Amino acid sequence: MSWLFDFWRSSIGGKVTMAITGLLLFGFVLAHLLGNLQLLAGPEKLNAYAKMLADTGALLWVARIGLLAVFVLHVVTAIRLARGNRAARPVAYAKEATVQATFASRSMVFSGLSLLVFVVYHLLHFTFGVTNPEHYARKGAGAGGHDVYAMVTQSFAVPAIAIAYAAFQIVLFLHLRHGMQSLAQTLGLNHGRYTPMIRTLSFLLAALIAGGNLLLALSVQLGLVEVAR
Amino acid sequence: MKVVLHIWRQQKRATPQDPKQDGRMVRYELDHVSPDMSFLEMLDVLNERLIGKGEDPVAFDHDCREGVCGSCGVVIDGVPHGPERGTTTCQLHMRSFRDGAEIWVEPWRAKAFPVLRDLVVDRSAFDKVVQAGAFVSVNTGAPQDANAIPVPKADADRAFDAATCIGCGACVAACKNASAMLFVGAKVSHFLHLPQGRVERETRARNLVAAMDAAGFGNCTNQLECEAVCPKEIPVRVIAEMNREFVRARLVEQPASGKRVGGDG
Repeated sequence: MSWLFDFWRSSIGGKVTMAITGLLLFGFVLAHLLGNLQLLAGPEKLNAYAKMLADTGALLWVARIGLLAVFVLHVVTAIRLARGNRAARPVAYAKEATVQATFASRSMVFSGLSLLVFVVYHLLHFTFGVTNPEHYARKGAGAGGHDVYAMVTQSFAVPAIAIAYAAFQIVLFLHLRHGMQSLAQTLGLNHGRYTPMIRTLSFLLAALIAGGNLLLALSVQLGLVEVAR
Repeated sequence: MKVVLHIWRQQKRATPQDPKQDGRMVRYELDHVSPDMSFLEMLDVLNERLIGKGEDPVAFDHDCREGVCGSCGVVIDGVPHGPERGTTTCQLHMRSFRDGAEIWVEPWRAKAFPVLRDLVVDRSAFDKVVQAGAFVSVNTGAPQDANAIPVPKADADRAFDAATCIGCGACVAACKNASAMLFVGAKVSHFLHLPQGRVERETRARNLVAAMDAAGFGNCTNQLECEAVCPKEIPVRVIAEMNREFVRARLVEQPASGKRVGGDG
């Protein structure tokens, strides 16, 4: 396996690792959004979806462990590359200028680390029930599992929580917006005809995902869904 | 016209332990500057006045002053080779600045390009990359017939896009990560599109990237600053091609065989 480690340690191997894990994580956030949009369809739909996921049993754990591995690899590789990048310019310019790099591309380390903090909070909040135990672990009537609908709506009824979730969607937008067109370039896809399309598409997909999540975060505040009591 | 210059002055050669040494920005006022002077001619005028006053002139690299050799290059107001697109420092003229402008002049900043003095940096890291395989190995002998190896026009054009690289290092200087991937990508792309170069494509991709990594350059994050400052306007397409070539080389390479047939490939 040393050839694989050698590949990972090289500059391009690190970039390719970022691109592939980034693509998988993008697939996850897309599926996560599509699943959670069922919040708007009401408690029965969302809780049935939650039960369906929980009932997959061992498969769910395989997916979770796989996702965790991809996430850790993405973060560890990013930290290695970012440290290398800092070391590559020991003396900063007295006068800094940017010609065409986007704000999103320049803030990838910042947006990435912010998202890491957010993901930890998000897991403590909804998965482990640490931050708001009063919303967590409600047994749904007939659903046979946690009443996810009640947990989510009660949490998003708290303005501070809704605003925090909403604010992080802007960070997610910036991260995805650069990340998706960047991964195409890293994986070697650069073409006079397709590259402009990929740039537009990554902007639209990032806006779609962040916008969808934003809608869910503000759904209670906007009166789109009723809070379950 | 009159300009105010802030120029990086550094007497001692940078070391890995002390990259900054005694370096600092020094302010100079310079008047009677003609808008038709090139940026380097303006520095020549400054140096004449400094020498006249018994001070050390500002050291900077230059050679052809025609925009083709790749020797010159300083960071002007944060942008390598200054404000004009597709222009080397020697081809930049003072008419690109307004009268009374404050201009910040600094050397390329990268660990792999240590400052030798003032605005002069050591770019031998680029030479090491080239020596690692940015060439075609041919046995010398009688020259081949011209046009014996057909090269489609589109391929020749792509190869030439990359071959216009003059190795000035502006891409590294502009990159937020001090990455050399536009330069190394240009070397990979230059040979990739030619049949003569394709023979050694795997070893080239592997060895150039290894030399680049060993020199201490950063890693590309696709911010495209390099493309914006390259005096030859080499596109970031060459970086995508290098990524592709490197991954391909790693995928197709075989573990070393015990039976060596010959050659060192």
